[in-house]
Amino acid sequence: MTETGRLWLTIVLAGAGTFVARISFLGVAHRIADPPIALQRILRMIPPAALAALVLPAFVRPGGHFDLTQPRVVAGVIATAVAFWTKNVLVTLAVGMAVLIVLDQL
Amino acid sequence: MTEAVRPEVQGARDTLPIAIGIIPFGLVAGAAAVEAGYGLSGAVGFSVIVFAGASQLAAIDLLSGGSAIAVAVLTAWLINLRMVMYSAALAPWLGHESTRRRGAAAYVLTDQAFALSITHYDKGAPLEDRLRYYLGVAVPLWLNWQATTILGALVGTKIPDEIPLDFAIPLCFLVLLVPTIKDRPTVVAAAVGGVGAVFVAEAGLADAAIVLGALAGIAAGAFADWRLSPEDP
Repeated sequence: MTETGRLWLTIVLAGAGTFVARISFLGVAHRIADPPIALQRILRMIPPAALAALVLPAFVRPGGHFDLTQPRVVAGVIATAVAFWTKNVLVTLAVGMAVLIVLDQL
Repeated sequence: MTEAVRPEVQGARDTLPIAIGIIPFGLVAGAAAVEAGYGLSGAVGFSVIVFAGASQLAAIDLLSGGSAIAVAVLTAWLINLRMVMYSAALAPWLGHESTRRRGAAAYVLTDQAFALSITHYDKGAPLEDRLRYYLGVAVPLWLNWQATTILGALVGTKIPDEIPLDFAIPLCFLVLLVPTIKDRPTVVAAAVGGVGAVFVAEAGLADAAIVLGALAGIAAGAFADWRLSPEDP
């Protein structure tokens, strides 16, 4: 297959599968508009669990391996304190990036 | 008299700082496709049809490195499997909308649209405002992603290596994470989700780390919730 063919087949298949994931529950949402309590318990845990799973690896294994001696750990801890205190995206971005840039220079 | 802010405008306002944080990521997504030899059309194809940054970069990397199509596609699917969780979390809030509208909402579903909308709904959003707020968040993010992809494909990233802009993405997720931690069960969910993702990645399953870590966190949080309040709703 040509490289162009490989490219577009990959794009279409990756996109189709991703859309299936996105539509999975939204597609049948009219049947679960009022979910039972057991399901509500589970759904309520999705945001904290998924977002923490996105955040923590970026702080403690940025190079693809676990390392607590690199600057992103410290920048992450300080940014976490700022995020809890201010709940502000731009302030947290500014402080977190600034701390990391300074530590990278040391 | 003050008029209430329209929900889509509120959504767009809440999105703005996050969209800024995503700009470098979009530039990289565009530039990576061009550097791999796939041109502007490949870059835009990925960003319009797949519309999920981490999976785009992984697929481009694998495909241009000579991997089989199946490997690139399965990796992208695995990385985007987390969207199933977001779809499930949003479903009860948007169940009153038509199938067509829910389909459109699904297409623009992202980490950020999910996180901002869920937090907004938790504060109490009338039925008729919910999809409007969601689209107010998701559509600007979509436009931002397409624009930065094209820019990155045309002019490259032009970002000095000394500036660690990739760190902006987890910092945005961090601010989105904070309001979702409300009580002991959600603390458990976040702690187990984060630590679980690190463990799964260390075990060599980096592409599955987010979804497997999150599933562990959801299970632990739901169990803690049930132990602490077995009868409460």
